[in-house]
Amino acid sequence: MKTIEELNKIRIEKRIELDLRKNTNADTREKHILVCNGTGCTSSKSPQILENFNKLIKEKELKNVRVIKTGCFGLCAKGPIVIIRPEDTFYAMVKPEDCKEIIESHIIEGKVVKRLLCKDIDGKIVDKLDDLTFYKKQKRIALKNCGVINPEDIDEYIAFDGYRALSRVLMEMSQDEVIDTIDKSGLRGRGGAGFPTGRKWRSTKEAKGDKKYVVCNADEGDPGAFMDRSILEGDPHSVLEAMEIAGFAVGAEKGYIYVRAEYPIAVHRLQIAINQAREYGILGRNIFGTNFKFDIEIRLGAGAFVCGEETALLESIEGRRGQPRVKPPYPAEFGLWGCPTLINNVETYANIAQIILKGSEWYSSIGTKNSKGTKVFALGGNVNNVGLVEVPMGTTLREIVFDIGGGIPNGREFKAAQTGGPSGGCIPKEHLDTPIDYESLKEIGSMMGSGGLIVMDDTKCMVCLAKFYLQFTVSESCGKCTPCRIGTKRMLEILEKLCNGEGTEYDIYRLEKLAVNIKKASICGLGQSAPNPVISTLKYFREEFRQHAIEKECKAMECKALAKIEIDEEKCKACGLCQKNCPVNAIEGEGREKRHINQDKCIKCTTCIKSCPFGAIG
Amino acid sequence: MCECIENKIKLEVQEIMKPYKQEKDNLIPILNEIQEKYGYIPKTAQIEVSKYLNIPMAEIYGVITFYARFTLEPKGKYNISVCLGTACFVKGSQAILDRLKERLKLEEGKTSADGKFSIDTTRCVGACGIAPVFTVNDEVYGHATVKKLDEVLNQLEKESIN
Repeated sequence: MKTIEELNKIRIEKRIELDLRKNTNADTREKHILVCNGTGCTSSKSPQILENFNKLIKEKELKNVRVIKTGCFGLCAKGPIVIIRPEDTFYAMVKPEDCKEIIESHIIEGKVVKRLLCKDIDGKIVDKLDDLTFYKKQKRIALKNCGVINPEDIDEYIAFDGYRALSRVLMEMSQDEVIDTIDKSGLRGRGGAGFPTGRKWRSTKEAKGDKKYVVCNADEGDPGAFMDRSILEGDPHSVLEAMEIAGFAVGAEKGYIYVRAEYPIAVHRLQIAINQAREYGILGRNIFGTNFKFDIEIRLGAGAFVCGEETALLESIEGRRGQPRVKPPYPAEFGLWGCPTLINNVETYANIAQIILKGSEWYSSIGTKNSKGTKVFALGGNVNNVGLVEVPMGTTLREIVFDIGGGIPNGREFKAAQTGGPSGGCIPKEHLDTPIDYESLKEIGSMMGSGGLIVMDDTKCMVCLAKFYLQFTVSESCGKCTPCRIGTKRMLEILEKLCNGEGTEYDIYRLEKLAVNIKKASICGLGQSAPNPVISTLKYFREEFRQHAIEKECKAMECKALAKIEIDEEKCKACGLCQKNCPVNAIEGEGREKRHINQDKCIKCTTCIKSCPFGAIG
Repeated sequence: MCECIENKIKLEVQEIMKPYKQEKDNLIPILNEIQEKYGYIPKTAQIEVSKYLNIPMAEIYGVITFYARFTLEPKGKYNISVCLGTACFVKGSQAILDRLKERLKLEEGKTSADGKFSIDTTRCVGACGIAPVFTVNDEVYGHATVKKLDEVLNQLEKESIN
């Protein structure tokens, strides 16, 4: 059991030891080799890199060198990432076999391994992480420890002010003071809808009931979004600390983290964090010698998107099918097992300790009038710097896609960006300068959502995209209410007709009508927002729908029934590259003959278009 | 399924359930462990869970079929899973899935008759930086193309014959 004095002692001692993590001028002979072990880098063999470094250090009997496993650095496109501190050297796309060179050249001889340095968007080679354009416009609050600390070591979290907010809350603040601070900070729910967090806390505190619960919604179901997972993998204690603060504020003694079973690394690190916190007496009874007690349990989700909806999530924790309840009553009054329950999203929690420590004024000074603080986005799709970014609210989409994201690869044009996943909408070129906050995104027909941000170039078909999202909602609809269960299926059928070249103009009209009705009549957020991808693509790309319906043409050539790939004989130089790359041998012609495509064999995979050096195929 | 295997499963499942209290909210955690162990949820296991937690079989079946992670059919020796997260979709994962189904002559969620291959789709494995991706059991293949998939399949077919 640790007292506050012991906690302070760990903080001061450990902070000196870890000074080199944040201070490039740190006065030390130590070197820390930080290896990203987030899911992205793990998929490209970063655990092997970690092992190789450790082996080499042992072999060469190097002193003062430590290898540290960290969470996500954010720039997943350049993974696996290795950073050497204190000098802050950033090595990108490191392979397990590169470890030897890094140790021998960088660590022993002090020479930077130039070939592993990262190229910035302008082609310049950058050797320090902070010099990358990717990081320049970012502001890290929720991700402040990701890529800095070892998430499996509670002492490292404590070194960077961890559990200090909790001790301040327990020692110096009343329940109402905590809630007031959160309220005044202007923090809003980061799960998607943006409900003011302070208000949620207050209504849970004021609800009548002997037993109350605090729940963390870590069921990140939006395909292509990985913000919450990265926080859990990189800084799990920040969520535990915030849940305890919330427990104190609303009067709860028990917390649940509902996390997807598909996130094995996050679950593993959370469990380690919980065990360590229990060992230190930071979770359990008489925390810091006070009367406050709180414990946290992990509950694994089993793969259902609808469980991200708060009442469906509660049903799932109780052991049933995750079908949403009719609201009201809201969970603040009638939640887990009928008790008042506070549910917040991972990223919301990740902001709490910072707000308590730095004050509500500091937090509310960041962002726009109605949306305060920062937002984490998982930037993906047709963009150069795929990864995790945290920006102040009010940053424009253009800044995120072109400055931080480094623009569109292969010299293509930006067509649209999609936020909010299956519940959100598409944002076209003309709205690139919209500042991102809850209200302005809603105004242009999209939504903040949990933070997935997918960029699409001009080779993407918007009807296909709408179909993709509807396929998702149809398979994830829980089936409880008719408009969502049957309505979305009918919408999908119409979209399939359009993509197969069997649609008519009347279908577009029917699609719109259905969309409006499903939005009005569904009982939960999933159904009410399911038509959004269709409504927004129809709003900005109606011409494309019309082309599919009337001219039977898909200009992006994604809809196979409507696409016909041909080789322009005048441009063809008979190099045979297309033939070599075609997976189904659909391209005919030999030697110096002009090539042509056998349409019966062609599967329209467009590989040939990409492989032709003369742009003769289209 | 022969009786001895059924008995074995029965005993194993009882062992899995031991640390859990006989409370209804433990249904999903228990099913998760069973799925993890066997790669699907055998009927014998369902009967044991039903007895232990005092939940009707129909309700357990309802829960199993609701959640994507739970399956009633064993997975193949090589479970090939294509990511259909938006980031992968935008980069062409649909073409990879189509090719996979064509090569193996299997539908999503199904296992081949010889038990060697099964096809799955997932929503985001978190490797968006190397999209599109597919996985074979736990191995992740990034920057996937139809050609790369063909190569991997050829390799697996060769392996499975040996």
